[in-house]
Amino acid sequence: MSALPPYASKAQIAWYYGFRVICALIFFFLIVPILVIIPLSFNASDFFTFTKEMLALDPDGYSLKHYRDFFTNPDWQQALRNSVSIAPMATLISTGLGTLAAIGLSQSHVPFRGTIMAILISPMIVPLIISAAGMYFFYSRIGMQGTYWGVVLAHAALGTPFVIITVTATLVGFDKSLVRAAASMGANPVTTFFKVQMPLIMPGVISGGLFAFITSFDEVVVVLFVGSASQKTLPWQMFTGLREQISPTILAVATVLVTISIILLTTLELLRRRAERLRGMSPG
Amino acid sequence: MSTMTDNQSGPMLAADGTPLKVSLARALRRQKIRAFLLIVPLLAFILISFIAPIGDMLFRSVENGIVPETMPRTVVALEDWDETSGEAPSEAVFAAFYEDMKVAMEEKTHTKLGSRLNYDTAGIASLFRKLRKPMGNIDETQPIKPQFIDAEEDWGDPEVWQTIKRLSGYYTSSYFLSAVDMESTHDGIQMKDDFERIYLTLLWRTMVLSVAITVSCILLGYPIAFLLANLPLRTSNILMILVLLPFWTSLLVRTSSWIVLLQQEGVINDTLVSLGILDDQGRLELMYNQVGTIVAMTHILLPFMILPLYSVMKTISPSYVRAAKSLGANDWTAFWKVYFPNSVPGIGAGAVLVFILAIGYYITPELVGGTSGIFISNRIAYHISSSLNWGLAAALGVMLLALILVFYWLYDRIVGIDNVKLG
Repeated sequence: MSALPPYASKAQIAWYYGFRVICALIFFFLIVPILVIIPLSFNASDFFTFTKEMLALDPDGYSLKHYRDFFTNPDWQQALRNSVSIAPMATLISTGLGTLAAIGLSQSHVPFRGTIMAILISPMIVPLIISAAGMYFFYSRIGMQGTYWGVVLAHAALGTPFVIITVTATLVGFDKSLVRAAASMGANPVTTFFKVQMPLIMPGVISGGLFAFITSFDEVVVVLFVGSASQKTLPWQMFTGLREQISPTILAVATVLVTISIILLTTLELLRRRAERLRGMSPG
Repeated sequence: MSTMTDNQSGPMLAADGTPLKVSLARALRRQKIRAFLLIVPLLAFILISFIAPIGDMLFRSVENGIVPETMPRTVVALEDWDETSGEAPSEAVFAAFYEDMKVAMEEKTHTKLGSRLNYDTAGIASLFRKLRKPMGNIDETQPIKPQFIDAEEDWGDPEVWQTIKRLSGYYTSSYFLSAVDMESTHDGIQMKDDFERIYLTLLWRTMVLSVAITVSCILLGYPIAFLLANLPLRTSNILMILVLLPFWTSLLVRTSSWIVLLQQEGVINDTLVSLGILDDQGRLELMYNQVGTIVAMTHILLPFMILPLYSVMKTISPSYVRAAKSLGANDWTAFWKVYFPNSVPGIGAGAVLVFILAIGYYITPELVGGTSGIFISNRIAYHISSSLNWGLAAALGVMLLALILVFYWLYDRIVGIDNVKLG
């Protein structure tokens, strides 16, 4: 695959380039829909499409007014504030509880490990609409529907499976003899945890936390049902915007979100490399 | 032999003098407890915030307390009525009903009861809403049945009473029957009329569209995964970003970009018109139908196909294909007979994952699906927030959940839960 041998037949050469063209088209399909909104968000008119001025690269065709709208419109600002206050709290809960549970699950001799794992992973498998329906019924029964903490708890529950999976994966490569070595030199379990185990599994914890954060930050179905108007988040505002009145401000918000995901993606990639480096240092 | 040694030297002792076996058991138990204590907070949290809601949904799909609680006397009186007689029940039932409704109207629960009964037999809700008229003029010294029927003749309709009698238990299967387009009448359980069958059609459409999405993900994902797995690592890592960026981009961002692309005045139609391929009147309808749902969801779920496929293909040793070629296979035979069979587990894992995700999707079909491209989830949401028929929403949810669990079990058989890879 990597290079064409000198004796390749014409058909092989044709296929070699043909295959690359097919792949390029699929990559085009993957990436262009995301990139196309970026120039459109600078549209000076209120349309969702490229105007003549934009195609002619006329500076009058471009403006920042949709960004201005995003940063001044009270609806969008309220949504942004809600998103920023819900997601970190949910992340904190799911990362904290999830990390502890993942460490517990990685010990040998845990009874009912399979069942416990299945229960803890279930929020990821159950479709969001079903989780949303169940949470709506149950939370309105106990008076938590439409409250800040209702939404936070719901989002924390949705985020924990990601934390469990990533932290468990880091712990698989964790060398247990390091803990034993620390203990044999007189460190108590708490010191061992913070001085030895924690720094080594940190990349897994952070990437699990990022997954939990993005789950909450992007989530719309559950918040739509469990939240009330005063918990309206950014995705919710985008959803109603897309369904009711289509305003190009959505594209400006989308561009901001794409930028955030690029930053997150880069952070994760750096963390993964660091984790591999750290794992390479420990024997086994 | 070993028993002899044991007898001679006695049990082995640990440093503090307890037998080693006991000491080990105690250490293991302590370890188990410690592990358990670490897990318990999250387990309790998930049980309360997630499993209990799912349980609540299961309960609501069969729960029917409102009927026996609002009309306890009527329910008892109706036990003696023969619902196949084709006649309205006796004076005793009407008297009991009158007593029940006096209480219900005071507590204002009668309209709620009416809406509940209306899910099974249309028209009952308005009878209950207008209950004040017959109830207000009753002379309690006279027989109540004729007065009721005189004031509102529909109360003499046996079908109303059949519905009440059928739903008089604390638990009912009626929501599940509606969810599969069946109804229970006094002749037993039967399918609804053709034009009233919507849920099975919707469920079938959800499955067909999900299969279509899964197949297009396989067709588009396979070449990409193949390319990524066979390129040098440096190049493939860069190309991998093109797969991961959509994966990390907000769902709503991707859905809105598809709206931008697909709508009638959108980018694709505009481009085709300006290139002269389409004339301005002949713009394609790419959105608010099944095409929109399939295209947008294929794009959204494609990374979930590529990533598992890639991780399986990475494990296929290139020497297999080289060996096949050295034995005389041409490129195609080497691929089809050697490489492809090795990559089938990846296709299986990716396909089941994409299918499970697709079948429960809500947001994208809601925004780009119009009426013909919506899924069963959209109907569940409709029953929760618009029609307020929570029981039916719960029953549809339970059905969807059962379906997903079957596929999830399949997924577990093929790849295992622990092998879920992220990013």
